[in-house]
Amino acid sequence: MKKESSYWVAIVHRISGIALALFLPLHFWALSTALEMDAFLAWTRQPAVLIAEWGIVVALAAHFAGGLRVLALEFLPWHERQKTLAAAAAAVTLAVGLALALAL
Amino acid sequence: MTPRLETLLWIAQRATAAVLALCVAVHLATIIYAVQGGLTAAEILGRTRGNHAWLAFYSVFVIAVSVHAPIGLRAVFLEWLRWRGASRDVALALFAAALAWLGMRAVFAVFT
Amino acid sequence: MKVSVWKGGAEGAFHEFEVPRLPSQTVLDVVTYIQRALDPTLAYRYACRVGMCGSCAMTVNGVPRWTCRTHVDKVAHAERLQIGPLKNLPVIRDLVTDMREFFDKWARAKGQFEGRRTRDRDFEGIKPSSPQRLQVDAAIECIGCAVCYSACDVVAWNPDYLGPAALNRAWTLVKDERDGARLERLRAVAGDAGCHSCHTHMSCTERCPKHLSPTASIAGLKREVLKSSIRGEL
Repeated sequence: MKKESSYWVAIVHRISGIALALFLPLHFWALSTALEMDAFLAWTRQPAVLIAEWGIVVALAAHFAGGLRVLALEFLPWHERQKTLAAAAAAVTLAVGLALALAL
Repeated sequence: MTPRLETLLWIAQRATAAVLALCVAVHLATIIYAVQGGLTAAEILGRTRGNHAWLAFYSVFVIAVSVHAPIGLRAVFLEWLRWRGASRDVALALFAAALAWLGMRAVFAVFT
Repeated sequence: MKVSVWKGGAEGAFHEFEVPRLPSQTVLDVVTYIQRALDPTLAYRYACRVGMCGSCAMTVNGVPRWTCRTHVDKVAHAERLQIGPLKNLPVIRDLVTDMREFFDKWARAKGQFEGRRTRDRDFEGIKPSSPQRLQVDAAIECIGCAVCYSACDVVAWNPDYLGPAALNRAWTLVKDERDGARLERLRAVAGDAGCHSCHTHMSCTERCPKHLSPTASIAGLKREVLKSSIRGEL
């Protein structure tokens, strides 16, 4: 069934939100164990963990960009070219993902 | 839920979304910058310990997330899990409390 | 070409028919041919067959459309067509759906005008160019065909959701200065299956055959409800 771009941005927005909601308690718990931080940080150098970290940051970027799109649609004056917001959201997410990949 | 309460939830979610937009932009930039060249505990804690600006910033971040995430999940629970009624709201309120508690605990662990 | 058509009720199956391909053929032409020449028991709806009434709305290759305005050239992939009843509505038989829930939700969203004047007073002078009226006009042309309702994911996920058409109509009335039921209407659309449940997938706007944008109308409702809430009216 053909789906428009707004649908995919919305689905990514939802899935990334769920992922972040699941991840955050772990993130907070990990930060609380700051006393053993060096050992913990050493563990995070593993490739699997790095990939997961990258995934979480991309999820955050995707959710952030999708959220800006929702706020724009709901509060700013309406224009016909609203679908370009979906494209803009995707572009921002990709940019952040690449930036992080390069940094890592 | 009454129209009044539904509307208040929606307002809370959009308001915290606006706050989080700022927090996330700062957080993402910080993470990408900090990750370059590796991280040590000393480097992180050197920046955060006793830094009241960071304490204030991350406290706002934690509280905003504790409001925003559960309200977002509320729609997902209804639409994808068919979960409605008081039990859904109670579960989400508990999740909000858990996020706030774990989050503030993390903030204080890193700042004191 | 091969055409699969849904036969049965909620339980049923797609039956395949071999239909002659003609130039300038619409999907409604195809369905009509099947019923007249191949299967007289096929149930389907149409009326004007010129894109004005919306009665012929069906699901064509997974997408809700007006079949009288859908040329086979545009939708047939590799000479195959799949035709089914509109989604998100109970199926009465074959291609005919029960539209009652669609219109019941229209009423639940208070999609009816309530006048404040009687015949003894002069009628209100509303300038067609006023900003409010322009907003109403942008959304007023809905003919209740249910294509948007059928396309909406939230309607599929939440059976109580009022849906794009009902909310779009509520918006035109909220913006109508002559209407006297504004607060009740805002309360009707701000409930737990109202405007706040729209997640801006924009399937409705994408598929509306009259090129309306229920997403825009629903965003307008969200803002009106917000204002009402701030004023303590809700």
